[in-house]
Amino acid sequence: MIVDHDTVVHFAKSWGLFYLIGFFAVVCVYTFWPSNRQRFRDAKSKILERDDKPCR
Amino acid sequence: MIAQLTLNERTSALGLLILVALTGALMAVIGGDDPFAAHGVIIILFCAVIAAFVISGFDAPEPRIDRQDSYYDDPTKVGIGLSMAWAVFGMFMGVWVAAQLAWPDLAFDGAWSSFGRIRPTHTTGVIFGFGGNALIATSFHVVQRTSRVRLAGQISPWFVLLGYNLFCLLAVTGYFMGVTQSKEYAEPEWYADLWLVVVWVTYFVVFLRTLARRREPHIYVANWYFMAFIVVVAILHIVNNLAVPISFTQSKSYTIWPGVQDAMVQWWYGHNAVAFFLTAGFLGMLYYYLPKRAERPIFSYRLSILSFWGITFFYMWAGSHHLHYTALPHWVQNLGMTFSVMLLVPSWASAGNALLTLNGAWDKVRDDATLRFMMAAVVFYGLSTFEGSFMAIRPVNSLSHYTDWTVGHVHAGALGWVALITFGSLYTLVPALWKRPQMYSPALVEAHFWLAIAGTLIYVFAMWNSGIIQGLMWRTYTEEGSLAYSFVDTLVAMYPYYIARTVGGALFLLGAIIGSYNIWMTAKRPFMPAATDDVPQALSPAHARVPAE
Ligand code: HEM
Ligand code: HEM
Repeated sequence: MIVDHDTVVHFAKSWGLFYLIGFFAVVCVYTFWPSNRQRFRDAKSKILERDDKPCR
Repeated sequence: MIAQLTLNERTSALGLLILVALTGALMAVIGGDDPFAAHGVIIILFCAVIAAFVISGFDAPEPRIDRQDSYYDDPTKVGIGLSMAWAVFGMFMGVWVAAQLAWPDLAFDGAWSSFGRIRPTHTTGVIFGFGGNALIATSFHVVQRTSRVRLAGQISPWFVLLGYNLFCLLAVTGYFMGVTQSKEYAEPEWYADLWLVVVWVTYFVVFLRTLARRREPHIYVANWYFMAFIVVVAILHIVNNLAVPISFTQSKSYTIWPGVQDAMVQWWYGHNAVAFFLTAGFLGMLYYYLPKRAERPIFSYRLSILSFWGITFFYMWAGSHHLHYTALPHWVQNLGMTFSVMLLVPSWASAGNALLTLNGAWDKVRDDATLRFMMAAVVFYGLSTFEGSFMAIRPVNSLSHYTDWTVGHVHAGALGWVALITFGSLYTLVPALWKRPQMYSPALVEAHFWLAIAGTLIYVFAMWNSGIIQGLMWRTYTEEGSLAYSFVDTLVAMYPYYIARTVGGALFLLGAIIGSYNIWMTAKRPFMPAATDDVPQALSPAHARVPAE
């Protein structure tokens, strides 16, 4: 098989598209997964705590 | 600073410096009269200065307490200083470049001071010198606080910071001597590029090892942005700089990419340098220092995740909008255009998220110039991404390309977003690092803010006007179908705007100088409480609390 311009275009228009859509789906599932809710809530408020020493 | 290192570490630091200096010596010897040799000498001098510093502290007592009990902030402190020094240098060069465009005689007939050589000293000085040092300094700070663990390694953070500055130094001194690969934002030659690969991989390892030791279950989103910045810049840098030197004793090299592929690789690099150097890392700063300063958590954490992945995956495909109407295949141009328009969504999601975080704290924004810096940065971020998405549309680009409109867009992003968010973050970080209740002079922060805003507005409006006039003049035809204006006519029309830009830039530079002074004084001087003399004695609370005899 010769890899020419059309091969690349074909690849970009098929697999490239699937990959982006798949990626989008994975990110959305991760973001809205119910059990992640608490983790995200903690993450965003915890940075406001005092932080003058590492935690050991 | 040296006292934080054990004797062993001091010795290995010296060993490392000797090794690098020996490489410099080799370059100086085999380079003959090529600038390659001059760079060898610069490397030796650079190592000598740092070695002198290490030796001066060599006999200091070793650290006795367990270092894991404290954060490692020395590299961050030095990084802030270097960042501000580069800011003043880079912006001074910017003002000079701007002045040369209005008054070409200001090159003083020197080869080193010609437009083509000092322009890249400006771009490298501000992007890599100022921006890069600020990113390294803040990323080291943020990753420790959000992971609640000390930075991994004792010498490696120094290697990253100082090695990176050696790269910047080689880059900028090279331009003055005429050393360049002629790729915008990737001008340094092969040996400097190889050095940066070593430094950058170390940076990646330091960051990753610190995250791996974290005491928090979740990696805070600011770190994702810093991580994306580190990883993607490594990939971009390596791929775009693949080149074959004409000899190992000379600075010149040729890229391995031919023709239009070279153009595509260069602007894939160039655009992602905007995306991951000038955007992702600074968004990392935004997501940490803005909530910190406003004392409010980010409005929506989920939105920040969605926009992170949106930005990461859309930006990659947008580079070809720099090559509209070129030999690049049409579909690649369309791809770049479409992704650029889609990019508006995650960009505005980040900007909106930041503004909504401030919603309800507008009184703080009004009173606190530091927070105002960050708010203005977000507004300019929203503005420049909107403008960028618009300019990426091919017919619009046919008007804007090659004109000062592009330069206006660049500086709406660079001054308005990158520089303002950096100043806001540094003004948040500096008092915390040096354990002062506030900056040495809040009034000077206020002055800096207004100088920066005035400078940015003057600069950007001047360039918008000049760019659109220029673009329209270039496409005006007479009834006979010939061009109505000569190129020189457009230069005459742009002259007043070039003067205005120089003035705006000078204001911005002045602000940066004031900021550097303020940071210096905060670090050096013990804190002095604000004078309360202008408060009536009897009313001052301290006085009122004295019990009556
Ligand atoms: C004191 C403020 C500044 C002044 C006066 C200034 C001036 C200039 C000038 C005159 C140019 C050349 C434009 C041309 O060739 O037509 C330029 C280019 C550039 N500057 Fe600045 N600049 C300033 C600050 C900054 C900052 C803080 C950054 C980045 C963080 C920056 C990034 C750039 C970039 C990326 C370019 C290249 C633009 C392009 O090729 O389209 N500048 N600047
Ligand atoms: C959604 C986001 C953005 C899009 C779609 C975008 C799009 C564009 C477009 C279409 C150009 C003109 C290309 C040409 O005609 O040659 C451009 C140039 C540029 N943009 Fe943006 N932009 C965005 C955000 C930013 C931001 C936030 C910055 C930050 C500092 C920035 C920095 C630059 C630079 C430095 C150039 C000049 C490159 C050169 O020719 O040297 N852009 N951008």
